[in-house]
Amino acid sequence: MSRVGPTLTALATGLILAMLALILGHVTVHGWSVVTWGFLSGGAEEGLFTVGRSGIFPMLFGTAARVILMTLLVIPAGVITAVYLNEYAPASGRLTRWVRGAVNHLAGVPSIVFGLFGLGFFIGFVGAGLDDWLRPGAVQPYWAGEGLLWASATLAVMTLPVVVVATEEALRAVPAGLREASLALGATRLQTIIRIVLPHSLSGILTGSILAIGRAAGEVVPLLFTGAALYVSRLPGSLNDKFMDLAYHVWVLCTQSPDIDQTKPLLYGTVLVLLGLTLSLNLVAVVIRARISRNPQATP
Amino acid sequence: MSDADSVTTPPSPPPAKPPWHDLARGRVARPGEWLVEKGIFAVSLTAIVMILLIFVFVGREALPILLGQADSAAARVQRILPPEDVDRMTPSELRAALGLSRRKFAARSLEEQKAALKEIYAVRAEADRNGAEAIPDKDSEVNTVGWRYLILPHQWTGYSRPEFIWQPVSQIQKFNVVPLLVGSLKVTLVAVLFALPLALGAALYVSQFASRRLRAWIKPAIEMLAGVPSVVLGFFALFVLAAALESVFAFQSRLNAFVAGIALGVAIIPVIFALAEEALSAVPRGYVEGALAVGASRWQAAWGVALPAAWPGVFAAVVLGFGRALGETMIVLMASGNAAILSWSLFDSSRTVTATIAAELGEVVFGGHHYRVLFLLGTLVLAVSFVANLVADGVMNRLRRRLASSS
Repeated sequence: MSRVGPTLTALATGLILAMLALILGHVTVHGWSVVTWGFLSGGAEEGLFTVGRSGIFPMLFGTAARVILMTLLVIPAGVITAVYLNEYAPASGRLTRWVRGAVNHLAGVPSIVFGLFGLGFFIGFVGAGLDDWLRPGAVQPYWAGEGLLWASATLAVMTLPVVVVATEEALRAVPAGLREASLALGATRLQTIIRIVLPHSLSGILTGSILAIGRAAGEVVPLLFTGAALYVSRLPGSLNDKFMDLAYHVWVLCTQSPDIDQTKPLLYGTVLVLLGLTLSLNLVAVVIRARISRNPQATP
Repeated sequence: MSDADSVTTPPSPPPAKPPWHDLARGRVARPGEWLVEKGIFAVSLTAIVMILLIFVFVGREALPILLGQADSAAARVQRILPPEDVDRMTPSELRAALGLSRRKFAARSLEEQKAALKEIYAVRAEADRNGAEAIPDKDSEVNTVGWRYLILPHQWTGYSRPEFIWQPVSQIQKFNVVPLLVGSLKVTLVAVLFALPLALGAALYVSQFASRRLRAWIKPAIEMLAGVPSVVLGFFALFVLAAALESVFAFQSRLNAFVAGIALGVAIIPVIFALAEEALSAVPRGYVEGALAVGASRWQAAWGVALPAAWPGVFAAVVLGFGRALGETMIVLMASGNAAILSWSLFDSSRTVTATIAAELGEVVFGGHHYRVLFLLGTLVLAVSFVANLVADGVMNRLRRRLASSS
């Protein structure tokens, strides 16, 4: 066993890596020739399923829009939470433990529950409340419907832990000497955080944002009930517009196509773009994080 | 599944008191700063507030069914009032009888609403006279959203014996959740059984046998696997895996619990790997070196010493993987076949709890019984994954403390 055991574990590792390679290779081989400039910049004027004509520009636009909006919501909340946890919170306090626990649990909530939450809270409660308040008497709901804003808000709640964890990791890597020097020179705590600590942990905050974007870009389930649409004739122009989305489009091509074998090239092209997008985001995050941990100065 | 955060393993608790805390103590912040610091504190509560809101707003929609207050039979027994009674109704009674939202009710005048209700009653009375000779269906008197019918088998009209039926789109909606629970369980079991040996093997290899340089490549690579979106894994299962496995096993149905389980297993490998690897790496070097010093082989040291020391971590990894697999939606929606039929066979088309919610919520009446049952299922998924998280978290924390104190 002492020979076979290590070999078996190496084999298991190899198998896992082979799966990744297989998925990547298969999608690349079948999708490479499809992804042309025309495919990336084309729209759905001639239907979603016309091979050679249908493009994915509206989907890319929708994904970009929801991800940017989400980033605007989640980065401030996530970074401030991490700053509180690392710079202010009493380490053994009960509230600190609760905040940490909540962040942890938020990371474990299944995506389908976020979909239900987006529908029940953002659309059914916040949206309906806004409608009652801002547009009393209107019969057509304006905010109480699916749209870009609610999809982004739902995703922001979902990716909050990613940002908090990455930022906290970076804050912890800022040498204590820097803080002490700043405080010794008479700077207040807040000045120290804003001028010294945050600039030093920018790369960590960036990692967190990239990971959050990568996670959100590939997520479909929360969008099912909060804003993604099979087909919309124009690009989203306001916060309550429904939108087409890249990851959602993969699902559409898999399940709604009138002739699945014939539209396969479109599917492979879309999957390749989605996979390339999410994996390159992850790769960038991995590289930045490796840089941070290799930096010898950053050990407190 | 792109749970990048799960790979970034939860942060171990920081040292008891960061050194800079004492330095800043006693300094009085300026008034503006005091305000900003209070603001920082308020924002940091976001995560707690969101967790609470998730429980409240997902649970709220399921509450009438949880408490047994919903009654699908009552809605079907339609009341008919004579026109004089309609005239005497208060506005709120009128709104309830019409079943309108406050906004829609306000859109038309009270007289118009009364006329509308009278018309509805006239149509109902007409329908009753015509349908008087129709055979009464005993199923229509059953409250199909009562607990008894959600969980226990029932002999519906036309069935030869009591059965578990999930059939939300029919004359009599049937909401028995057992077929869905069994479907979820089957898929999850396959996923965990497939992922565990691979992930544990890789964790052992990376933490015990691999050179440092190799480890620096393998860990991020497995993290990348976590970055593959679940819709892509679902697509892969649907178009590649299903065909490949069908040629090996010769299934009855091309998409089934087994195919979905394998794809789901790929999704949870990074989750199990990350926790197991962390636990194994946290085992103090002294344990393994001690074993090697008394003549154990590297395998004996890894299998006989490091693994038992990290055992709670492996347990936590399995629990967390189980929770993740149960909550995963896209893969099972695309690859499991989605037939809501009670069957224990792994090779039958199956439908899971999460796939049911995803597939059906788009087409239900807002606030109706079907809608509430789907939210009940969502509450169940939330509760199970919450408990799985809690258990995994507790076990890992205790393990970290124990290993840290013994090194």
